[in-house]
Amino acid sequence: MADSGASSPLPVLHAPVGHDSAPRHVSGEALYIDDIPEPPGLLHLFVGQAARAHARVSRLDLSAVRAAPGVVAVLTSQDIPGRNDISPFAGDDPMFADDEVRFMGQPLFCVAAESLPKARAAAALAVVEYVDLEPLLTAETALAAGSLIEDSQTMTLGDAASAIAAAPHRVSGHLAVGGQEHFYLEGQVALVIPGEAEDLHVWTSTQHPTETQHVIARVLGCPDAAITVEVRRMGGGFGGKETQSVQWAAMAALAALKTRRPAKIRLDRDDDMVMTGKRHDFEIDWALGFDDDGRLRGADFTFAGRCGHSADLSHAINDRAMFHADNAYALQSARIVSHRARTHTVSNTAFRGFGGPQGMIAIERAMDAVALSLGKDPLDVRLANLYGVAGDLTPYGQTVTDSVSREIMEELAVSCGYRARRAAIARANADAPHLARGIALTPVKFGISFTTTHLNQAGALVHIYTDGSISLNHGGTEMGQGLNVKVAQVVADAFQVPLAAVKITSTRTDKVPNTSATAASSGSDLNGMAALNACDQIKARLADYAGETFGATAEFTRDGVRLGERRMSFRDFVNGAYLARVSLSAAGFYRTPDIHYDRTTHKGRPFYYFAYGAACSEVAVDTLTGESRVTRVDILHDVGRSLNPVIDLGQIEGGFIQGLGWLTTEELMFDAKGRLTTHAPSTYKIPTAGDRPAVFNMALWGPGENREATVGRSKAVGEPPLMLAISVFSALTDAVASVGGHRVMPDLDAPATPERLLAAIADVRRRACG
Amino acid sequence: MGRPIRFLLDGAVRELPADTDPTLTVLNLLRYDLRRTGTKEGCAEGDCGACTVALGELADGQVQFRAVNACILFAPMLDGRALFTVESLGREGALHPVQQAMVDHHGSQCGFCTPGFVMSLYAHRQAGGASDAGSLSEALAGNLCRCTGYGPILAAGAAMGAAAEVPGLAEALVAIQPVEMLETGHRGRRFLAPRTADELAAVLEANPEATVLAGGTDVGLWVTKQHRVLDTVVSLNEATDLRRIDDLGDAIRIGAGVRYADARAALAGLHPEFDGLLRRLGGPQVRNMGTVCGNIANGSPIGDMPPALIASGATLVLRRGAARRELPLEAYFLAYGKQDRTPGEFVEAVIVRRPEAGRVFRISKLSKRFEQDISAVCLGLSVGVADGRVTDARIAFGGMAATPKRATACEAALTGRPWTREMVEAAAARLDDDFAPISDMRASAAYRLAAAKGMVLRAFLESAGEAPRVLDAQAVEA
Repeated sequence: MADSGASSPLPVLHAPVGHDSAPRHVSGEALYIDDIPEPPGLLHLFVGQAARAHARVSRLDLSAVRAAPGVVAVLTSQDIPGRNDISPFAGDDPMFADDEVRFMGQPLFCVAAESLPKARAAAALAVVEYVDLEPLLTAETALAAGSLIEDSQTMTLGDAASAIAAAPHRVSGHLAVGGQEHFYLEGQVALVIPGEAEDLHVWTSTQHPTETQHVIARVLGCPDAAITVEVRRMGGGFGGKETQSVQWAAMAALAALKTRRPAKIRLDRDDDMVMTGKRHDFEIDWALGFDDDGRLRGADFTFAGRCGHSADLSHAINDRAMFHADNAYALQSARIVSHRARTHTVSNTAFRGFGGPQGMIAIERAMDAVALSLGKDPLDVRLANLYGVAGDLTPYGQTVTDSVSREIMEELAVSCGYRARRAAIARANADAPHLARGIALTPVKFGISFTTTHLNQAGALVHIYTDGSISLNHGGTEMGQGLNVKVAQVVADAFQVPLAAVKITSTRTDKVPNTSATAASSGSDLNGMAALNACDQIKARLADYAGETFGATAEFTRDGVRLGERRMSFRDFVNGAYLARVSLSAAGFYRTPDIHYDRTTHKGRPFYYFAYGAACSEVAVDTLTGESRVTRVDILHDVGRSLNPVIDLGQIEGGFIQGLGWLTTEELMFDAKGRLTTHAPSTYKIPTAGDRPAVFNMALWGPGENREATVGRSKAVGEPPLMLAISVFSALTDAVASVGGHRVMPDLDAPATPERLLAAIADVRRRACG
Repeated sequence: MGRPIRFLLDGAVRELPADTDPTLTVLNLLRYDLRRTGTKEGCAEGDCGACTVALGELADGQVQFRAVNACILFAPMLDGRALFTVESLGREGALHPVQQAMVDHHGSQCGFCTPGFVMSLYAHRQAGGASDAGSLSEALAGNLCRCTGYGPILAAGAAMGAAAEVPGLAEALVAIQPVEMLETGHRGRRFLAPRTADELAAVLEANPEATVLAGGTDVGLWVTKQHRVLDTVVSLNEATDLRRIDDLGDAIRIGAGVRYADARAALAGLHPEFDGLLRRLGGPQVRNMGTVCGNIANGSPIGDMPPALIASGATLVLRRGAARRELPLEAYFLAYGKQDRTPGEFVEAVIVRRPEAGRVFRISKLSKRFEQDISAVCLGLSVGVADGRVTDARIAFGGMAATPKRATACEAALTGRPWTREMVEAAAARLDDDFAPISDMRASAAYRLAAAKGMVLRAFLESAGEAPRVLDAQAVEA
């Protein structure tokens, strides 16, 4: 322990330091894959897409494609030496469609040519004939036809049906929730450079280098060890590069293997939006039973998620919707049914929140309905049902022991003036009949851990060089979330060296193997602890060295290494250790303790802990056109003891605005033939700067501290803030309800476009008068 | 054939050979020919701003800075201009104040959109733009960021400081101003940029099949999205006499080369409603290249300008060779994809009349997103009211038919009747007779009709001061 006169720790672990790449982001020097100088002989790939949602391919004549100028290779399923399967686990996702086409835009073949324009022009010469089959485009039609990716799942707590039937009051409803395009600014891209024998070096924009490696090996029929996958950074991921980046890297790998030339694939925006999956859209039926005070007796949810043509990660995504059907509330009794529809549309995939948002929005809609039916303030109904207030047992059998929802919500309600503003809005609505205002304060409780338990592991590799500089590598990937700087902070803190002494390196499968995707908000929790473990191993060796050589313990301080009375620079100390033949390199490992889950019974402790937050949103709606604006937002969010407050605030604001887009302006449209008609930013509208509310207050919750032994007692932050935007949807619901004097519950689906809002207003007017 | 394309890059003269591909985009030129990869492709349709670069252009001896989308800017359009990319500003260790402000305020996360934001901020700063939140938000309306939620970028903009003159730039630009028509060719395909309206008229008469290029915010997409090969492209951007806005007293005459950004003040001077429309038309990059006349000439049923211009009684000047004709704007739109324009003829100007004092003049645009979105429905309404009665009405809609179109049944139902809510509602109901809109990804037919009625009613309510606009809504004071 430090005695008097010892220096305080280096202010690095919980410090507000900026993104390590920021100076290169702003100067354009940060390299993305398409920025890497193109190697000589590079081939450019272009994918030939199916023009039907469901059909048999009766003829695929690529002779004109092969003969076109500049074409070097044309690849189909027949050219695959291994297995034609790019799925994460289910074995149901071909890289190229064989005889059956299962969604419009599905890859049939790809062209490798001397230039991208030549590849594109050649692909247009393909002759494809189809025998049309009936497509199942929506979850509803798929369920009616019995088309599922797996059996429907049920989670139960007590006897919900009886509890609801016996409750003093009941409400029920239906909610349709739209999907969401990731719209990472950097589209899918990969560059593959062949080495000796069957070795391939794969540069790709992926959240999951290990799976990319394994799938390429599977497709090519070669050992995993032949494939090295490297990721320096992504231009955004959001879940869209967890599995769905793999297919393109595998195509480029196949082209490189076949031609022995470097190969690059880069999807343009339209092709990317057509060929890659999105957030699942859901149809939700819900029913609640409750008492006179709005306290729940039981809840019944039936979810139907549109999964698309293959399983992808839909099992776990739909599971997570079930896990979050309670959000922050003790349901008392529950029946949660989840149908996973297999449709003839692009395979939906991970997206920030991973099903959680769809589960959570259902219970928040239900809370609004309970409050309206009792004439209560929805905030009071929410507060009365929180874990820690009304109970602690989740529908999946985990006991909630760390709930801070009530503290956060009550603090936020005061700081944002919720009660007074609610009254002011009622007055404003009476004065301005064509502008309906609304307000809502909603909580978020989000379970942290991969619910597939074995994924909760991570590795890191730390080298200390003899000049005292440190090379840091770990299995996590950087997509803008600031993972690398956070893990570097952990390492700098461990050795009490300046952050600049820790060199951040690209993620590589030949440095840290068998990693999980950077997903589930787990990046810092898992990789931070793995890096800490590596540091601890080295420190243990250095402690032995210090004892043997100096007869003292080694204490790492901001002023160098203290060895009893001696003081030595970090550089001299580690160089001395090197000369004494001490290894200065370690592979760290971490696995999350104490979690388990039995998917057959849907019981266990799937989550290590929960992340909490709350947001209050105020909106205005034009009752003549349905246009809306968010006029004010206040957020209070718990990140435990923040590893890095500026990075965490960036995640909170960015997540909120992304959630705002999901629930308001972002609308995916498919036509009757299954063609995506919103496949570019001209038709698919993510929020712009002007959509950011003029008043936007956010803060990290001061008392936050993780009760579990996470790195620095911090909490995960990647996903939870997205769901704070549900407060906007509830506020819009409140505004629409005001048109009918809060007498009838609005029938408003998501996204709440002007069109849906105007229809809901007309419907409320009709019912309120009737 | 011809001469090299001559422009400034980082202040130094660069030349592109006379056989440069006429539709080579500046984005591809930068990324793949010049190896300046800081400028990114996010959408290749001018909708995300990741490729934003700044152009310096001489105007009355001064350098005017504009943010533009490199993805839909053809390389020959650089001729006589100064190009600035993110690499022009600074490097790690020697960052430009705009870049440093972005670092200081954590304006980047994944970093891919960042160079585009830096360049939009830089152009805004160099153009002397204001640093209040509203001005900055407007300056960034053409840039999409999926990570930050924009707050940190707006904070960086507020902290980036004032413009700094680029020394010697005006002189260097003067030195490369072309004196003769740019004419480049590539495998039989040509790019021609006449320097006067007369020269343009002659070139188009001689090349009636040519694609007429103005700002390229539409034609650019024919190349980048539809992958069309354009054989002869005739740019009207260098015809300096088409860049004029003439004050005709009760009207203004806007030349074919006048870009939205340059027309905004003049149109707002006719009526403030035009300012609100132009604020929401595209983003700055689109308004800095696209032209008012181009928005008419291409005949889109969802162009933002025609409904308001038709309502104001605008007329269009068409020219072929030396022959000019003038027609009411609404008469130009014949059917979907078909306009009253003969081969070799071009839109030379639009004459926009000032709404008379006392008229109810309203423009409203409906879209899923407020900024940089295409209209689902767009309304221009001009109603004369005397002694409480409607003397005449001009009500035009975009997005309701295959062309921009007047609502004649609605107009007739208003004319001569009292200007009251009841009469307006009755007249709005007649929109059912005027229009049979389509359902598409922007809106359903039913919503278009319902909202169109609401927009007409809103125009009445606003004229009576009874309906605040949702765009102006602010949080309540408790």
